[in-house]
Amino acid sequence: MRRFSLSSLLSESLNGHKGWGRQWRDPQPKPAYDVVIVGGGGHGLATAYYLATVHGITNVAVLEKGWIGGGNTGRNTTIIRSNYLYDESAALYEHALKLWEGLSQELNYNVMFSQRGVLMLAHNLHDVQSFKRHVYANRLNGIDNEWLSKEECKEFCPPIDISGSLRYPVLGGALQRRAGTARHDAVAWGYARGADARGVDIIQNCEVKGIRRDASGAAIGVETTRGFIGANRIGVVAAGHTSTVMAMADVRMPLESYPLQALVSEPVKPVFPCVVMSNAVHAYISQSDKGELVIGAGTDQYTSYSQQGGLHITTHTLDAICEVFPQFTRMRMLRSWGGIVDVTPDRSPIIGKTPVKNLFVNCGWGTGGFKATPGSGHVFAHTLATGAPHAINAPFTLDRFRTGRLIDEAAAAAVAH
Amino acid sequence: MAQPFRLPRGGRVDRTRPISFTFNGRTIEGFQGDSVASALLANGVHLVGRSFKYHRPRGILSHGSDEPSALLSVDRGRGRIDPNNRASVVEARAGLKTQSQNHWPSLEFDVGAVNDLLSPVFVAGFYYKTFMWPRKFWDKVYEPIIRGAAGLGKAPVEADPDRYANRHAHCDVLVVGAGPTGLAAALAAAKTGARVILADEGPEPGGSLLHDVTSEIDGRPAAAWLAATLADLDARENVILLPRTTVFGYYNHNHVALTERVTDHLPGATGTAPRERLWQVRAEQVVLAGGSHERPLVFADNDRPGILLAESVRVFINRYGVAPGRRIVFATNGASAYTCAHDAKAAGLDVTLVDFRTESECGPELGRLRAAGVEVLTGHTVVGSKGRKRVTGLLVAPVGSDGRCGGRRLLPCDCVGMSGGWTPAVHLFSQSRGKLAYDAARDAFLPSVSAQAERSAGAANGAYDLAACLAEGYAAGAAAAASEDRRSFTATPTATGFKPVRIMPTDADPTKQRAFVDFQNDVTAKDIKLAVREGFQSIEHVKRYTTTGMATDQGKTSNMNALGIVAGQLDKSLPGVGTTTFRPPYTPVTFGALVGPARHALFDPIRTTPIHEWAERQGAKFENVALWRRAWYFPRGSEDLHAAVARECKAVREGVGIFDASTLGKIEVVGPDAAEFMNRLYVNPWLKLEPGRCRYGLMLKEDGYILDDGVVARVSQDCFHVTTTTGGAARVLGHMEDYLQTEWPELEVFLTSTTEQWSVIALQGPKARAVIAPLVDGIDLSPEAFPHMAMRTGTICGVPTRLFRVSFTGELGFEINVPSDQAAAVWEAIFAEGQPHGITPYGTETMHVLRAEKGYIIVGQETDGTVTPDDVGLAGMIAKAKKDFVGKRSLARPDVVATGRKQLVGLVTADPKLVLDEGAQIVSDTNQPIPMRMLGHVTSSYWSPNCGRSIAMALVADGRLLMGNTLHVTTPEGFTTVTVVDPVFFDPKGERINA
Amino acid sequence: MLLIDCPYCGKRPETEFRCGGQAHIARPTDPSALSDADWSEHLFVRANPRGVHAERWNHIHGCGRWFNALRDTVSDRFIETYPVGSEPTTGSHPSQGTEPTRSTQTETRA
Repeated sequence: MRRFSLSSLLSESLNGHKGWGRQWRDPQPKPAYDVVIVGGGGHGLATAYYLATVHGITNVAVLEKGWIGGGNTGRNTTIIRSNYLYDESAALYEHALKLWEGLSQELNYNVMFSQRGVLMLAHNLHDVQSFKRHVYANRLNGIDNEWLSKEECKEFCPPIDISGSLRYPVLGGALQRRAGTARHDAVAWGYARGADARGVDIIQNCEVKGIRRDASGAAIGVETTRGFIGANRIGVVAAGHTSTVMAMADVRMPLESYPLQALVSEPVKPVFPCVVMSNAVHAYISQSDKGELVIGAGTDQYTSYSQQGGLHITTHTLDAICEVFPQFTRMRMLRSWGGIVDVTPDRSPIIGKTPVKNLFVNCGWGTGGFKATPGSGHVFAHTLATGAPHAINAPFTLDRFRTGRLIDEAAAAAVAH
Repeated sequence: MAQPFRLPRGGRVDRTRPISFTFNGRTIEGFQGDSVASALLANGVHLVGRSFKYHRPRGILSHGSDEPSALLSVDRGRGRIDPNNRASVVEARAGLKTQSQNHWPSLEFDVGAVNDLLSPVFVAGFYYKTFMWPRKFWDKVYEPIIRGAAGLGKAPVEADPDRYANRHAHCDVLVVGAGPTGLAAALAAAKTGARVILADEGPEPGGSLLHDVTSEIDGRPAAAWLAATLADLDARENVILLPRTTVFGYYNHNHVALTERVTDHLPGATGTAPRERLWQVRAEQVVLAGGSHERPLVFADNDRPGILLAESVRVFINRYGVAPGRRIVFATNGASAYTCAHDAKAAGLDVTLVDFRTESECGPELGRLRAAGVEVLTGHTVVGSKGRKRVTGLLVAPVGSDGRCGGRRLLPCDCVGMSGGWTPAVHLFSQSRGKLAYDAARDAFLPSVSAQAERSAGAANGAYDLAACLAEGYAAGAAAAASEDRRSFTATPTATGFKPVRIMPTDADPTKQRAFVDFQNDVTAKDIKLAVREGFQSIEHVKRYTTTGMATDQGKTSNMNALGIVAGQLDKSLPGVGTTTFRPPYTPVTFGALVGPARHALFDPIRTTPIHEWAERQGAKFENVALWRRAWYFPRGSEDLHAAVARECKAVREGVGIFDASTLGKIEVVGPDAAEFMNRLYVNPWLKLEPGRCRYGLMLKEDGYILDDGVVARVSQDCFHVTTTTGGAARVLGHMEDYLQTEWPELEVFLTSTTEQWSVIALQGPKARAVIAPLVDGIDLSPEAFPHMAMRTGTICGVPTRLFRVSFTGELGFEINVPSDQAAAVWEAIFAEGQPHGITPYGTETMHVLRAEKGYIIVGQETDGTVTPDDVGLAGMIAKAKKDFVGKRSLARPDVVATGRKQLVGLVTADPKLVLDEGAQIVSDTNQPIPMRMLGHVTSSYWSPNCGRSIAMALVADGRLLMGNTLHVTTPEGFTTVTVVDPVFFDPKGERINA
Repeated sequence: MLLIDCPYCGKRPETEFRCGGQAHIARPTDPSALSDADWSEHLFVRANPRGVHAERWNHIHGCGRWFNALRDTVSDRFIETYPVGSEPTTGSHPSQGTEPTRSTQTETRA
């Protein structure tokens, strides 16, 4: 792997940049691997990376039916935070946040992790109570989060309208300063490059069409558009398509896949210093390094694989944005798009074993998966390598839906992820 | 001289109506009908901006909405400044102030142009390779610099004084684009009587006919045909013609979104007219006739001001009467530029044409142009341009079949019109999820398989000949209206066809050349090659790595060139590299248009009760609860929340308080099977409840967690009066309807929401009976005849009432249900009657405190969707004998019956004056390391005036086993000590309620 | 925004409707007889098909009636709508209709 640095960049600039090679190879699939990962999004690529770096397992293939990072990794609003209420979620997302904090250096790829702060606005007394509950719980879990008065919110993020003229006036907010955003594509590419350099095969345009099982029922490989690929263990990290892939092994999942939309404005000079989430009015917003306002909308109400949602979802989100930030009505929507998010009944992920031997799954991240990418990959790699969950993903079993031990952040706080 | 580049004649501008506006403070004169771009060009202004990354001088590339470079800030008055306006689509009008963007200190001298010198470093994706050390520098140093350099214009900083409107419409045929194709389509559809909407983004319908001064249609000049056709359409009542209206989004089931710019082009006050209007059209059929976009040629320094698209040169000359230059070189690989050259020559300009094609590859256009006296160099490539802030010459060279260049020749010029071929505007087709197919003959992706009820026609479908467009449009319009009508048109033949070329061959080192593909994002051909070299081979990867096609024009001029370069590098076919899926919007749309009037009071409906105005007159403070605005407290004099609530709380327990409970949800459950229905839905038993009696009902979701609660009265054998929480009314009714209709359709039950029909006046306190006694008729109010949890019907103040004897305060209390239209009068009568008793109005805050003193839960405060009846100590409500009810099975799941669940308890602080924060966390040991084990959290916490101390309710793990134990609760300053107690703080024996 | 053909009112915009998730999941007549695993299956497991999906809709801001629909989740095209308690007329009855019982929509907001 050619190391990225200022000096390598400068020396290449004198050379017409002819010396840069591929960031990852384009290998032909081998007949079999120790681990096959189905899905070349951020989570799948991170899993492969940590299998190689932490567990020394490099005979690994990541199979991607399109191009890596082309699903939700490249379609989300890139918010990263760890201020979750329940201990289980807090541990998972804080694990990820700590990995984010050193990720550019670890990968030698600038993922532009920017700790600009995530401010969640409270618009009613119930929000205030709920956010304070988060602040207190986070602090006892070692996660930074602080309560701001509405004036402090305004100071931290000047575009916020804290006047009483809003339909639901801003009463204050909870701020996690270590939270922020990152460059989503770079995360996929950085992990791909790092994994590839350690021998992982990243195989694009390779769609999994079946999961082959032996007489005992154990999974032994995958049928793909590029032939059969054997595997000692298979990790399915297919986000919105998880139900479809797991059905190939006759495993039925507590998942539904919904369209989730987002949009960006035209780029402008810096005007928005942080990330603001407003759950009462259903909106979240930040400004990218390129200058675009990045705005997330909610899910549509029906399941769909179309990567397209209704206009009314978008307009409702912009209603909220313009309500809280009235100076933005003259801004323009430049681009909108949709992803397919897989949602569990308790809105928390499933990371672990399945009823089928050698088949593992990492799914159900709903609307909040991007922020977990490094942590998710790290604990899933542990699970695949050892056959047993890491302490952090142990609570996120498929079995919790039988026992009732749900981890329902949304119910507890009415907080969008 | 004003407007030195205005041609002496021609164009559709109104020369009798001069206008002026400013550009960077300089006065620009033009005519009514000019765009800002055409007026700038008329004044000889080509340098209008600086590019995104390298701050290169940039001019006007195009005449339409595909413009990538000429982006201006436009100031229409206070609060009406916005950035990134395309000069080519902003209509010039008096009083505009326009400014160029992205430079410092000035457009002419821009320090940022140093980036241009550093361009060898600032290649595609360079930022992924550096800025990583030292780690802290990213947030503090690198990123702020990158951000400051990025962005184009400046965001508005003031609230927008303009208003925006929203309209929904239905039509039989929506025609997108009012060029020749769209006009023919609209005409054909309109003739059938179909309801037609014809939308065009331009200020004037006509499309290419607006600048076609030589063609004839059916024996008439094109302009005459256009005028006649518009008159015809205008006379038809079934046609809505929308100019200045961009069809920007094609959504599911022919839901199509349009944005109409209503007033931006009008000078002066525009009254109450909105600035823009969002049209959401549900069309039976759609005809896509949005035309096509011209491609630039990719050669070194193809971005200089003065280098335009060839067709745009023609537009400025013919439509606006403006010469973009006096000495114009057209560079092309196809036939259409010859028409442009013809028109330029006819306008008296000095014209040369350079064609990449060989002599034999050219059509009859070649001979015609030469016959008109224009020098044409065939078989030539363009290797570069001269000039800095304005092009001064074009470097061309003959190119052999082996791609080798011959000797260079400099063609001096002050304007270049380039044409790299045409790309049909398939954006909306792609948005509709139709499948595109590559057509090699036209080197374009064309609509192939439709996914919705639409059809493409004309240039948007790859047809470029005028007669063909008209016939295709007519056929599409007729077919969309289910008519067999077809007709042909006679029209002057259009010069069409081109020979695709991705990068113009050059004799220079290509790694040193900057040939721009995406003008706005400064993406060059070598950036794209670098991306491919680094392994980015899907077009989506290349886009994201280089940012090509990601600018405000969304790649309208650049996508095909980028795709072609990638395909060339990989030696693949174009479709092998893939095409990007187009997403809404077609062109940028203001947030304001999308939002419309949905702000402030119209953001969400505000629900108020009949008592609301009375409360306002009393000076009540209000809080938002769901959609309702409820009286929060009633301050007297200078009282704050705490003082008012303390007074109200005392008044209720010592005398009588009056409270507006009208927001409670109410549902009438009626029918022979009503009791059975209630039995299946609630945890409680209902079959034996006698008419005239009430019961506190608890309702679960199927997962066993509490959904809602409320008092239910059995009005008669087959009628229940159900109440719900304020926020839960719609949810509970929906829940009931769902089960009734889909699970138990055999039950004969009818559900009716009566929330708005009944207003509820709660009268609480020892003197409550005395207050209402004189007003009530037909009901024996004595405790024996009318005990707690009873309901009677009668009249109050002569108004029919369902009178509940219930209490959410622990005091003697009544909830007086009266028809809403008479509620205010009854309220005032009771209030007057209560004066001698010191009747005190109280709000939601006092209601909360009083119920907390009694340990009553509020669903949504003590519960959060993860709480079971047993968790909050209400397991006793569950009818043991019932075999089933909604949620029962889930209560038997392993984790729900396990120990360690959080249970409702009371907490009292060691310091009685300290009121805990709601949401505060509880631990048993403050010395444990972080992360600490948390036992639970405070759900409710108040100063209790009646207990003379603070009180709190909390959910604590195994809390009921911890009675009397000491725990620790977080405060803003650290931990404080509390004791676990029973959650009933006041009148624990519950005697007062039976008074 | 979808255009939905309510069997009782005709075609109306999606904003008048509420989606109720997968259809043809009858509530067990005796939930207490189910194992935890079977009950969990009923409550939570969903077909989530990529293709034809039988789902429930409620015309909540119209007639208030629940009905079923077959919709292709890839194209979002409705194949048909039909009353509760009846079967679709289209031959492509989704396979999940024969599965054991699963439940109504889970509701997680208090």
